[in-house]
Amino acid sequence: MYMNIGFSGLMDAGWSSTADVQSLQRGDHDPAVRGFTVPNEEITLDGAVDPYFKGFVDIVYKIDPEGESALELEEAYILTTSLPANLQLKAGQFYTEFGRQNQQHPHAWVFVDQPLVLNRMFGPDGMRGQGARLSWLAPTSWYTEAMVTVQNSLGETMYSFRSEESSEIHGGIPAEREVRGGGDMVVVPRLATSFDLTPTQTLLLGVSGAFGPNNSGTSNRTSVYGADLYWRWKSATAGQGFPFFSLQSEVLYRRYGAAEREAIDQATVTLPRETIGDRGAYTQVLWGIRPRIVAGLRAEVASGNTTSFDSELRADRTRISPNFTLYPSEFSKVRLQYNYDDRKGIGRDHSIWLQFEFILGAHAAHRF
Amino acid sequence: MKTIALLSFAAAALGAPRGTTEPLAAKLSVVATTPDLASLAKAIGGDAVDVKALAKPTEDSHFVDAKPSHIVTLNRADVLIEGGAELELGWLPPLLESARNSRIAAGAPGRVVASHGIKMLEIPETFDRSKGDVHALGNPHFMIDPLNAKIIAADIADHLAQVDPKSADVFKANLQAFNTALDAKLAEWQKQLAPYRGAKIVTYHKDFVYLAERFGLVVVETLEPKPGIAPSPAHLAKVITTMRAEKARVILVQPYQNRRTAETVARQTDAVVLDVSQQPGAIKGTDTYLDLMDHLVQTLVNALQGDK
Repeated sequence: MYMNIGFSGLMDAGWSSTADVQSLQRGDHDPAVRGFTVPNEEITLDGAVDPYFKGFVDIVYKIDPEGESALELEEAYILTTSLPANLQLKAGQFYTEFGRQNQQHPHAWVFVDQPLVLNRMFGPDGMRGQGARLSWLAPTSWYTEAMVTVQNSLGETMYSFRSEESSEIHGGIPAEREVRGGGDMVVVPRLATSFDLTPTQTLLLGVSGAFGPNNSGTSNRTSVYGADLYWRWKSATAGQGFPFFSLQSEVLYRRYGAAEREAIDQATVTLPRETIGDRGAYTQVLWGIRPRIVAGLRAEVASGNTTSFDSELRADRTRISPNFTLYPSEFSKVRLQYNYDDRKGIGRDHSIWLQFEFILGAHAAHRF
Repeated sequence: MKTIALLSFAAAALGAPRGTTEPLAAKLSVVATTPDLASLAKAIGGDAVDVKALAKPTEDSHFVDAKPSHIVTLNRADVLIEGGAELELGWLPPLLESARNSRIAAGAPGRVVASHGIKMLEIPETFDRSKGDVHALGNPHFMIDPLNAKIIAADIADHLAQVDPKSADVFKANLQAFNTALDAKLAEWQKQLAPYRGAKIVTYHKDFVYLAERFGLVVVETLEPKPGIAPSPAHLAKVITTMRAEKARVILVQPYQNRRTAETVARQTDAVVLDVSQQPGAIKGTDTYLDLMDHLVQTLVNALQGDK
């Protein structure tokens, strides 16, 4: 076959102390109800197009709590394989390369749900869009990669920029604005570097930025900054990849310049010009105990400054999630996770989720 | 002055950049996915090559981390030698996607796929994962048959000569020396193992089938019930029964496999657990392929001898 075809199916089952699960679990691929959720059924295709390009396609089917099916073209892009000067171009529709987790497909997540800070900055679906990414592998003796992505600023998946859902961030009616020039695109530079601290330990560090127009007004801009760290230890005599330890941490800050705007929920109220600031972080630790068993713990915070409008979505939040995953083989997993959720001014919630995943066909190898 | 100092510092820190099309005049940079292939590359390339293995000798080569330092190694490589037959399927492709090195692209002279010249054993008739993680192109652990090592060495010599034609004579001479040494050793090993043709052995994973085929040993059971599936108490009970019936008294375990499971079975069957490896460098005194095979054959002979 000239193409690899793979399918991964995710299912969640569980309970939460709040009946309005979606207000708590705000990711689009999170559990959505008390009961059963089918959040992500994904077909991936990849292969060499010719000696110059590789192609990747990612199509996701979801069923929402009302039983409606939705189809999403998550990614469809080409990657060059033989540009000179250590360059590489990616073009099409793809997850924006910001930080570490934003570009991971849900079936590769090590926790059941999207981190709070990524939901706050990039929305329920993460940041992805149409555009191109140019990357350069520097001629250093240790890994250093510099890249810049340019994508359209309009769309549901451009939450911090020009999305219909951006009202959740600025509380106003979205302004109509056109693409007048290059400045109306979203530009995402990223620099990543990695060292092998020892033959069994690797550290990867990155910084990212996302800059573009937002739709609170006709000439307003958003800046998002992120730093990420990944550390991993794997035994020199690792069998099937075990035992290992890993730690992943991301911290993000968004500066959202909001224009004077009409409040979306109160027709007569005008919100003043202001800077909306949001920040947050997560750290997750994994312990690969012995073949096919992984224990995990994630701690997260997300918060923002005081703004002229009230929003439940801007409540300060902390969450702690211990979990335990069993992989009967490389092609299936069962995960149990408990979430302790604290939303300031709203209350504390407890949720327990059981997740199951299966893979058919080619299983694309994951990036480090 | 400050600008010059800064630029000099930057130039020194960055080192010499490499293009992606012409090989350097100095030693060839040869990268092998696993240490056994690296060992052959060293034997054939000699002083004309610098050889590096991506996987550690002690780790499970199905599950190597695709860490960024490997991307750098592959970016600078003139030649890549991989086992193929889906052994590296779980980790090599994303590395190659990021490596940006047309010298080692599929079909290039700098790309050696060891499995291409090999007569593969255990090619599955149907592709069905209920049988475990079976490799679609056959059992990929073929280097443990010395005659396969000869085929691969010749393939490596051929590719090295294409990439570095001015050293072709050196590679040819080294190949001849390797073949002479291996032929002599193989005759010795055949002689040492001749009394044990038909001897029954047990291995942890299905990774010694080519060795068994070459030297007439019989692998009666594996501790894994199916490839890649963890040993279960029910299956181990079956293994114990089979070992007693067939009088199999030897269990082969590699450094990354669960020795405690093997010991449990050995205790109940009066068998001995043999610490062996298919990768040079995992065990002291086995830094080359020939040393490794020497150690393996000697270990087997000692154990089977004690049995008689």
